[in-house]
Amino acid sequence: MAHTKLTYPYKLPELGFDYAALEPSIDARTMDIHFNKHHGGYVNKLNAALEGRAELQRHDLVTLLGNLDAVPESIRQAVRNNGGGHLNHFLFWQILKPGGASAPQGELRRAIEGKLGSFDAFKEEFSQAAMNRFGSGWAWLVITAAGELKVISTPNQDAPSMTGDVPLLGLDVWEHAYYLHYQNRRDEYVANFWNVVNWDVVGHFFEQHR
Amino acid sequence: MAVELPDLLFASDALEPHISARTLEFHHGKHHKAYVDNANKLIADTRFENMPLENVIRQTAGDEARVGIFNNAAQAWNHAFYWQCLKPGGGGAPTGAIADKIEAEFGGYEQMMDEFKKAGATQFGSGWAWLVLEEGNVLRVHKTANADCPLVYGCKPLLTVDVWEHAYYLDYQNRRPDYLAVFVEKLINWEFVNAEFRQ
Ligand SMILES: [Fe+2]
Ligand SMILES: [Fe+2]
Repeated sequence: MAHTKLTYPYKLPELGFDYAALEPSIDARTMDIHFNKHHGGYVNKLNAALEGRAELQRHDLVTLLGNLDAVPESIRQAVRNNGGGHLNHFLFWQILKPGGASAPQGELRRAIEGKLGSFDAFKEEFSQAAMNRFGSGWAWLVITAAGELKVISTPNQDAPSMTGDVPLLGLDVWEHAYYLHYQNRRDEYVANFWNVVNWDVVGHFFEQHR
Repeated sequence: MAVELPDLLFASDALEPHISARTLEFHHGKHHKAYVDNANKLIADTRFENMPLENVIRQTAGDEARVGIFNNAAQAWNHAFYWQCLKPGGGGAPTGAIADKIEAEFGGYEQMMDEFKKAGATQFGSGWAWLVLEEGNVLRVHKTANADCPLVYGCKPLLTVDVWEHAYYLDYQNRRPDYLAVFVEKLINWEFVNAEFRQ
């Protein structure tokens, strides 16, 4: 399992499980709309922004987002929002799993304990990042350019790649990610997220990038 | 003075089918209430405790150390203003002095509303679209992110629409433009807009 290089023309990935597979943590209707309408919308708008821009089309998405200064100003915000939207959701679906492992194993486990104290302390820090993001955005576990594990949060669809961080685990806290099922209760959504994390995939990302 | 949660001026099902009772009950009873409660908690025993809400907003704007107060105080104010912009059987073309002002500055109601709906549709993430009077009595459409509020920029707000997803997700899901169209055509309280304009 590696971080896939995404290139133009961008397209929706295979989800890999049924919309209902993550119930009751994430309901089927939310999955359907989130995947097809929200993620699909980012993909379509990203392709539209890059149409006819051969010099940008040949770069992969992480490279584009890491070098937004090189994107013409007229489409920079569109690439940032929709490119980030595509990359973030592309990762999000991969780290979700029906009946996922309850905890990280091996090297990742040791790294989390070494850096953040314990797995519970990590979960607490990550959950706080998700709760404290005001408005729309994401909570992340990333590896920084210096090779360190870190919990961060980004607004809107800003991607960790924009600042050179490599995301291992992400949680979408836009209201669209939970409103149909949880309404204002983001805290319950965040708590139930831990029931559907695919720690095997997160562990593979860590092996690949540490 | 304590920040207050105003009652809605209409029953929670009065805006159906355009905005559901369920949406209004969460939006007013949970989201708005939480902003009010948090604002009161955060200003307790500070110099902001007895200040008018507008002043709290202006004095905490852009202050990194007081971002929690700003976010909750501004959201308390924004929502109180938003409820007044809504009424059952509202919307459509304006009447009164604001109609003439819109005609004079935008060339017509449709042009102004196209700009207003576009502002709401393109506010990426959470936020608000506004019709405001800028200094010099100039009528303009603005959009703001998250809790941000035109009061901070010396503007007088006349009309707003909440484009946080919680404002429309139960009724419209990802279709924010549909919510904005309905807001404009069916819900705007022009009497309120006119009253604010006359001030
Ligand atoms: Fe999302
Ligand atoms: Fe709201």
